[in-house]
Amino acid sequence: MMRLRRSHLICCAASKEKMAAHLSYGRVNLNILREAARKELREFLDKCAGSKAIVWDEYLTGPFGLIAQYSLLKEHEVEKMFTLKNGRLPPADVKNIIFFVRPRLELMDIIADNITSEDRHHSSRDFHILFVPRRSMLCEQRLKEQGVLASFINIDEYILDLIPYDGDLLSMEYESAFRECYLENDQTSLYHTAKGLMTLQALYGTIPQIYGKGECARLVANMMLRMKREFAGSQNQILPVFDTLLLLDRNVDLLTPLATQLTYEGLIDEIYGISNGYVKLPPEKFAQKKQGEGSKDLPTEPKKLQLNSAEELYAEIRDKNFNAVGAALSKKAKIISAAFEERHNAKTVGEIKQFVSQLPHMQAARSSLANHTSIAELIKDITSFLALKSLKTTISINIHYYVVNHLSSHVSASEAFFDNLTVEQEFMTGVDTDKVNTYIEDCIAQKDPLIKILRLVCMQSVCNNGLKHKVMDYYKREILQTYGYEHILTLNNLEKAGLLKPQTGSRNNYPTIRKTLKLWMEDANEQNPNDISYVYSGYSPLSIRLTQILARPGWRSIEEVLKMLPGPHFEERQQLPSGLHKKRQQGENRTTLVFFLGGVTYAEIAALRFLSQVEDSGMEYVIATTKLINGTTWIKSLMDRPESPTQ
Amino acid sequence: MAFITASWNPLGDAFYRKTDLYEMSWSLRDGLRDSLVAAAPYGGPIALLREPQRRSPSSRPQLEIYSASGGTVASFPWKSGPVVQLGWTVSDELLCIQEDGTVLIYDLFGSFKRHFSMGQEVVQSQVMEAKVFHSPYGTGIAIVTSSSRFTLATNIDDLKLRRLPEVPGLQGKPSCWVVLTQDRQTKVLLSNGPELFILDNTSCTVVCPPGLSPQDGNIVHMSVSFSYKYLALLTDSGHLWTGLSTLQEKLSDVDTKKTMAPKQMLWCRRPKSQQPSVVLMWDRLLLVVGVCNETIQYPIEDPCVLVGEMDGVRIISSSNQELLQEVPLVCQDIFKIASMAPGALLLEAHREYEKSSQKADEYLREIKEQSMLGEAVRQCVEAAGHEYDTNTQKSLMRAASFGKCFLTDFSPDQFVTTCRELRVLNAVRDSSVGLPLTHTQFKQLTLQVLIDRLVYRQFYPLAIEVCRYLKIPDYQGVSRVLKHWASCKVQQKDLTDDAIARAVCMKVGDSPGVSYSDIAAKAYECGRAELAIKLLDFEARSGEQVPLLLKMKRSQLALSKAVESGDTDLGECFTGRSQPLQTGFCKLQEQETLKDLYNQDDDHQELANYYVTASYREKRLEGRLSLLQSAVDEYNKAKNEFAVKTTEDEMRLLRFQRKLDDEKGAGLLGLSLQVTMETLLSLGLHKQAEQLYKDFRVPDKRYWWLKLKSLAEKEEWDELEKFSKSKNSELPQLCFPLVVHFPDCSL
Repeated sequence: MMRLRRSHLICCAASKEKMAAHLSYGRVNLNILREAARKELREFLDKCAGSKAIVWDEYLTGPFGLIAQYSLLKEHEVEKMFTLKNGRLPPADVKNIIFFVRPRLELMDIIADNITSEDRHHSSRDFHILFVPRRSMLCEQRLKEQGVLASFINIDEYILDLIPYDGDLLSMEYESAFRECYLENDQTSLYHTAKGLMTLQALYGTIPQIYGKGECARLVANMMLRMKREFAGSQNQILPVFDTLLLLDRNVDLLTPLATQLTYEGLIDEIYGISNGYVKLPPEKFAQKKQGEGSKDLPTEPKKLQLNSAEELYAEIRDKNFNAVGAALSKKAKIISAAFEERHNAKTVGEIKQFVSQLPHMQAARSSLANHTSIAELIKDITSFLALKSLKTTISINIHYYVVNHLSSHVSASEAFFDNLTVEQEFMTGVDTDKVNTYIEDCIAQKDPLIKILRLVCMQSVCNNGLKHKVMDYYKREILQTYGYEHILTLNNLEKAGLLKPQTGSRNNYPTIRKTLKLWMEDANEQNPNDISYVYSGYSPLSIRLTQILARPGWRSIEEVLKMLPGPHFEERQQLPSGLHKKRQQGENRTTLVFFLGGVTYAEIAALRFLSQVEDSGMEYVIATTKLINGTTWIKSLMDRPESPTQ
Repeated sequence: MAFITASWNPLGDAFYRKTDLYEMSWSLRDGLRDSLVAAAPYGGPIALLREPQRRSPSSRPQLEIYSASGGTVASFPWKSGPVVQLGWTVSDELLCIQEDGTVLIYDLFGSFKRHFSMGQEVVQSQVMEAKVFHSPYGTGIAIVTSSSRFTLATNIDDLKLRRLPEVPGLQGKPSCWVVLTQDRQTKVLLSNGPELFILDNTSCTVVCPPGLSPQDGNIVHMSVSFSYKYLALLTDSGHLWTGLSTLQEKLSDVDTKKTMAPKQMLWCRRPKSQQPSVVLMWDRLLLVVGVCNETIQYPIEDPCVLVGEMDGVRIISSSNQELLQEVPLVCQDIFKIASMAPGALLLEAHREYEKSSQKADEYLREIKEQSMLGEAVRQCVEAAGHEYDTNTQKSLMRAASFGKCFLTDFSPDQFVTTCRELRVLNAVRDSSVGLPLTHTQFKQLTLQVLIDRLVYRQFYPLAIEVCRYLKIPDYQGVSRVLKHWASCKVQQKDLTDDAIARAVCMKVGDSPGVSYSDIAAKAYECGRAELAIKLLDFEARSGEQVPLLLKMKRSQLALSKAVESGDTDLGECFTGRSQPLQTGFCKLQEQETLKDLYNQDDDHQELANYYVTASYREKRLEGRLSLLQSAVDEYNKAKNEFAVKTTEDEMRLLRFQRKLDDEKGAGLLGLSLQVTMETLLSLGLHKQAEQLYKDFRVPDKRYWWLKLKSLAEKEEWDELEKFSKSKNSELPQLCFPLVVHFPDCSL
């Protein structure tokens, strides 16, 4: 069995102080939640006295990295860490073996295998299981069937529902939530959501007002209200931090995740994928920046970076439209170099001392700047944003350029990116959504990645409130003939989830929704935004519009549109004990927790942060979600790929 | 008000007073004579067993339980063996210790709860004496047998019997003994003639109290204080020795000049006492002995029982009940004749004020000149807490309130709290409730326990009133009361299920923290399954409903509850029916189960998908085709025309690929249609590609593009030009991208 790579956890350890701190900067101190989670972890570890080795369900290492670092585990005598695999456990001279696992049957089989092959060799080791986020009778039953249940000294659960991800962001890191809810009719994730919200309320006070839109939102609210009686009391004693909870089903707004995010963070996620707060980047751009090293041996390992608001510069630029990032970076560069120039002005010993004391901070800022300049360059290569605006008109003139530079059989990345964007924007503005789109046709013919095709087709379907039978069947046949018939399962899934649907008799109501909610803003200002539409350079995410309108002037003004969107909308009030009614200071903002059931994109988060910052909005938002998603990861989670023995 | 001091008796620097608590509402035919009596501290209930030693089987003694005010709670004939001792536990349960060492536990209402034995050897040797004691561990029992052996149980709820070592030279029972709790250890202190022993788990040690000489005689009585801190020893020559229970320090040595052993001897001291004292009772006399050699004598007429409290002694006779205690210092300050304490002046000022006399101002000035007004208010409030008489309480509180008017920045907390607590205390002291708690006792007991005690006594409305009045959070207060009430309610046999369910639901409603499943479980225990189901409907936590429903064999109902809860794990309990929950489960479990489930549900679409998935796991082409055929059949049933056609196409393609693989070894099987055509073209099998293009109705554009690309890749530019001219006008457009990709192209 392989030793688990510790890089992830160690990396966290290095930035331990910082990491904990950035959670408390926000309006709501999410560090309380993190501390509560850490405390519980420590308590469990202390239950198993003596040295320990942890056997990880690898999926959990990411989420756990957000809660605890290796140093914390080490303090509690965790000496070794392994990944869960079949066969015998690797040798480790420890008293306790602890399995950290999700409650999944296939994992139980592996554990059983571990233990049965173990017993003969080390009879003195103690075994423990920690189920995350909940223990399951089914799993224990399976362990019993396998005859190993009695080998465990402790069987416990570690309730890790909502994980503090950033100062204003909580995620359950529950990847399959959307799929389970809408395809498999499995409400486990909703149950965990409700439980997580109860925990949150226990720490931050009862949330007096609950709004929601969508079937799942309704179910979660029902469960919460039902659980409220069960949890009664303990949470009542805390002055509520959140004024409002808004529960939003992802299927109320299927459009937004399909669109390509155009914020800095959104683009990093679209192109490289951010996972548990980390991104892996191609190393080339970063190698050159390093000084004093032989430039020949380029690193081959991808560069891994942590992305969160603990990094000052990143906090500043993450939510900007990518077109505004360049300017921000160059401004920052000037400030930093000016700061370094200060050293020439430092004359007295005192001044020099002060300068030196600031050095670490400045150096951190400089390396952060270098990193983000590299990332921005990487992204620019793909998007060629600044040049793009005029690209299409001058394409014929540029042919020579392309011919010379791109001898490969692929169309240049930036052109593809731009064409894709153009089609997306056409769909979102309602242009020709009822016909077969030639760009999609061409992409299929050129066998572009299937997910890209699916994103576009689904978007067209959503923007047209369903496709005409002929159009839909055409797309489906094209996809199946080109990518293989096995994808019929994926297409079925998309239909079931409502992403792809045949037009029914009713009128296409998307234009009405678009106009009422002002989903398309012609004059989106990317540099100095005045509206959330900047996050998609024109398109305002529907989910965020709903949030914005709820705050002012209220949903009553859009009853008609709400009825067009799927699922019920509702309002519930939770009674507060009389002593806990908040006396609001003049000008004090209200705080809303927006919970996206089924995932949220970075661009949507950026839009909410923008709304929090708008001066007279009077509302601040904290975001919670089952999982941070983008169109690609989202569609991927809905795909079925039967393994074929012939391939 | 002047009479307040009339009942005070001086003892050294302190005063002692007797306060009337109740005219006892019981009517005892023979008074307290010849009865075994146990009265619990903190104003607890009184148990009475008449003539316990009478062994004639024809007349069974009567066991009676009364509230502290003498109200009858329960009464039943004693049918078990002879009782040696009665006692109360901290949770108001009655302990009856029988001669044979069996301890029977009854609740406040006389229903039998359980029993245990103090050891096998006791059955033969018989219990001579027993004592019930309270310690931080709970309620304990100590017995001494006729074979002079002691056995201890420190906590009857966690029974561990400890047989103590033998006492050298002891025959029969000792002359007197007490149980001490020191340093987390429970010991027995006993005297045998002139000797004094301490008996602990392992040893028996002879001890000598400092300053008590053997000449003083044999020790005939001993008493330990409420807190186990002080000890009093009485010798047969009438010497009363008091000191620390560690026997390391003597407090005093008083000669009572009474040589007869008293019936009872108890400590009477309050926390922060000026003058601790010991109360001794003989048939006709009550003697209060202080450490200062002074005594107070009260004559008594009836036989009485003394009950030691933490701040005094209650004297229960057949007709009335009194509290004997040291007058708290603050009350002394205020009420002592000619007292000039600020509180006393304030009380006087207020009295003058009510008479509209200008003297009020004079008094007030006097206090203010000494800047003692705050202190005066505090004194009045504190004293009010210690007074039993409501009029005295009121006048003190009014005086405090009056004084408060002349103060700025004075925190009203103490005043408000005391007001509230006094109201509660006055309510529970009422003879109908019968909990004669002092303020000090109340503070020690805590409000939580007081509410519990009200609940045990089934004073539900009063308990709820108290909770609401003192604003106790629901889950600690009202809900708890309601839970007890409901559990009690479901046992009422004279009401129908419906009536009870309705009553419970109406009262309990949505009160947080009330577990309907607990109530339902209680109902089920009492054999009322239907009622339990009705009650379970109100349970918020489906997780709690399910196990009980299953236990009651209502699996259908349990299943729907499990689904409602959203906790998929609960679904584990079930097999059989199709429910969303279950689909989720089977997904985790076996694929086959899933198939059966779809089959059972006639979910043709999902069944077809299942076959499609299965077909990809199948290695043999025939098997694969037959699975796909099954899928086609199911898609047909599901009326999914598109899927039918597509799957048929897929089968057709597979057959075609197999044929070509066999003929030409092209390695096509499993490739998509597009890739198949591409491969064919690159292999130069244009005819076969063309055939697929036609058979599968591939759109022209895509096929042309494929063909152009293929030709270009092979650099067959002439073919390409020919092809482009043979077809329609769309082609040149298509060629454009090719130009981009293939710069060598001559187009």
